[in-house]
Amino acid sequence: MQKSLHIDPAKCTGCLQCESACSLVNEGTVNPAKSRIKVFSFHDEGRFVPYTCTQCDEAWCMQACPVDAIVLNPVNGSKDVLSDVCVGCKVCTIACPFGTINYNTSTGKVVKCDLCGGDPECVSACPTQAITYVDANATGLDKMRAWAMKTDNAGA
Amino acid sequence: MSWTRKFLRVNLTSGAITEEALNMQWAHDYLGQRGLATRYLVDEIDPACDALGPDNKMIMTTGPLTGTIASTGGRYSVVCKSPLTGTVACSNSGGFFGAELKFAGWDMIIFEGKAATPMYLSIEDDVATLLPADDLWGKTVWEADKMLRQKHQDPQTKIACVGRSAEEGCLYSAIVNDLHRAAGRSGVGTVMASKNLKAVIVRGTKGLGGIQDPKRFLQVTKDAKKVLADNAVTGQGLPAYGTQVLMNVINEVGALPTRNMRETQFEGASNVGGEAMHEPRKSDGKPNLTTNGACFSCTIACGRISTIDRTHFSVKDKPEYWINSGGLEYEAAWALGPDTGVDDIDALTYVNFLCNEDGMDPISFGSTVAAAMELFETGAITTEQTGGVELKFGSAEALCWAAEMTAKGEGFGIDLGLGSKRLCEKYGKPELSMTVKGQEFPAYDPRGIQGMGLAYATANRGACHLRGYTVASEILGIPEKTDPLESDGKAGLVKAFQDATAAVDSAGLCVFTTFAWTMDDIAPQVDAACEGDWSTERMMEVGERIWNLEKDFNQKAGITGADDTLPERLLKEAANTGPAKGRVNELDKMLPEYYQLRGYSTDGSMTDETRQKWALPS
Repeated sequence: MQKSLHIDPAKCTGCLQCESACSLVNEGTVNPAKSRIKVFSFHDEGRFVPYTCTQCDEAWCMQACPVDAIVLNPVNGSKDVLSDVCVGCKVCTIACPFGTINYNTSTGKVVKCDLCGGDPECVSACPTQAITYVDANATGLDKMRAWAMKTDNAGA
Repeated sequence: MSWTRKFLRVNLTSGAITEEALNMQWAHDYLGQRGLATRYLVDEIDPACDALGPDNKMIMTTGPLTGTIASTGGRYSVVCKSPLTGTVACSNSGGFFGAELKFAGWDMIIFEGKAATPMYLSIEDDVATLLPADDLWGKTVWEADKMLRQKHQDPQTKIACVGRSAEEGCLYSAIVNDLHRAAGRSGVGTVMASKNLKAVIVRGTKGLGGIQDPKRFLQVTKDAKKVLADNAVTGQGLPAYGTQVLMNVINEVGALPTRNMRETQFEGASNVGGEAMHEPRKSDGKPNLTTNGACFSCTIACGRISTIDRTHFSVKDKPEYWINSGGLEYEAAWALGPDTGVDDIDALTYVNFLCNEDGMDPISFGSTVAAAMELFETGAITTEQTGGVELKFGSAEALCWAAEMTAKGEGFGIDLGLGSKRLCEKYGKPELSMTVKGQEFPAYDPRGIQGMGLAYATANRGACHLRGYTVASEILGIPEKTDPLESDGKAGLVKAFQDATAAVDSAGLCVFTTFAWTMDDIAPQVDAACEGDWSTERMMEVGERIWNLEKDFNQKAGITGADDTLPERLLKEAANTGPAKGRVNELDKMLPEYYQLRGYSTDGSMTDETRQKWALPS
């Protein structure tokens, strides 16, 4: 079963455990500045929103890359950057409509979420289950369940 | 290591900024943050110096676990001599500023001297620069934050800033970071402003590595997070109600100081507590509380994010306050509410916003207003001083007015900025000041919680709940239940809490974890992160060493055992309602045993023997 990251901003507290975990596994240091998942805090609105790559099926970054450095991982469906092939031209960062692929100035390569090869660290790190890793064919399951709960069986 | 092993020294007089290596011997003896910075302060300043003069230094300091994935590993402290108390000041804050400083590669910043004109410090990883802040001076924290973000074009920058109250000399001004987290107590913001330093902005992209045993650190921090999640207080109570979970509990046990601590129960408590923040209001159907928010790395997330009712008199013509921001925590809600007799949650939230916006400690501010209200009642203060305002207990309008005036440092706000002790002395009634060593009380009446009386009297920064929170044991039964009305056995309890807290603070962790964690949960996290062996015993030993270092600083600053006392009201006027009815605080029964356990002489002074035992600097 292919899985997908599922984010519920209403559960996020803005603690950044996901950013720390992401940077630790990918960069070797706790370094939110280099995290592939970012939590945005909208202070005046009192909202925290985690955001990262949605792993587009027809990934714009992958199609834009002139050296084929972004490839499909057939197991988990992620689009992975081959850093030994990437030339750091940044065209993918322009192509991505969501801004979730970014250039890393310390390596000269681009970085993006690769779902940690199928076991995303941000998911295990999140203390409130705002980020979960769920069946890619039913990312709406929680919402459906919530609405289902609200149905009235009285007339049945 | 987890320490970055280097710090910045910023001489504001000369403008020189230098990098120095961290004294690792001191790090081994004092761990970090509160302990380590105090060791530097003791080494570098004369404890008798003028706290607002250029000879005082101000240290922004992190712990070895600040900036790590350990839950709550995001704390920093500000250490200096306090202008409010004349003791050592150490004010702890969360948010994201502390971790960012570590990511930029620095354990601490020592500020010394005084700038000739307003300045701010900008840090981008290795590069630290002093820049002119003339345009920021006279602005609120919230305005300055906006201007700095615009100027530096970096939304990710973390900012710590002082407001107008500090510039105007209010003696309990805070340093506010991330808009609504604060190094709140003892006037550390006043010290910062006295150096003509408006703000410190930090951007760190280097990250934090060098954990001693990364694999074990991941495991022990994961285990410890589970302990927090499974605990009723840290897993459920604090996320849902914040520290405000305490308002009704403390009122029930008869330890909610009311109307300048004249009474110990407040009839309006349920209107301003944690549960009330969830109640939908009439005007728009929304509750006061929007959501809970976390500081860096914190898996508890007790922070309150709130709004004020737009139709409330305090903000109905001020759309700039129709936003979400930091809401009421228990201590602030108590000082602004029960202690002033005001039970209007929107007024309290508005004043709390103002305290964040202009950097005032809401505990000291609220307590000072409470004292002023009692002075008004006695006739010592009249409408002549207040410019016509009826400064009466229970008046939400007077409370909001007082906050606006103190924030700006105008009119009677200048008097309120003196703090309760100096205000009551000025108006001839020093006995009405509810302070220890000049610092205002927090929200637990020591007539109903006996151990807190001793904790307040002996706390190294004046009256404070965060130096030895025996409420945990006496009310909540953590780690084991003791009788709050019993003074017997409290000396040992207070000492144990004081030592443990000093170690937790110095690690860079939040003391709220100790509702669930014991030192046996904390020591393995420090041990996995830091070089050397960090056992529970060593942590407690380090905590006790830090306590005595602070005590020794105070003694050299001229503070004596005679200052280890409580206002007469708490020692002689019995509680008149509730479980503590008829009780006063029995400090005289606890203090001699406490001094003995600490190894102090009977008059409360540090002995040479104890000084030598802990190898304190002479």
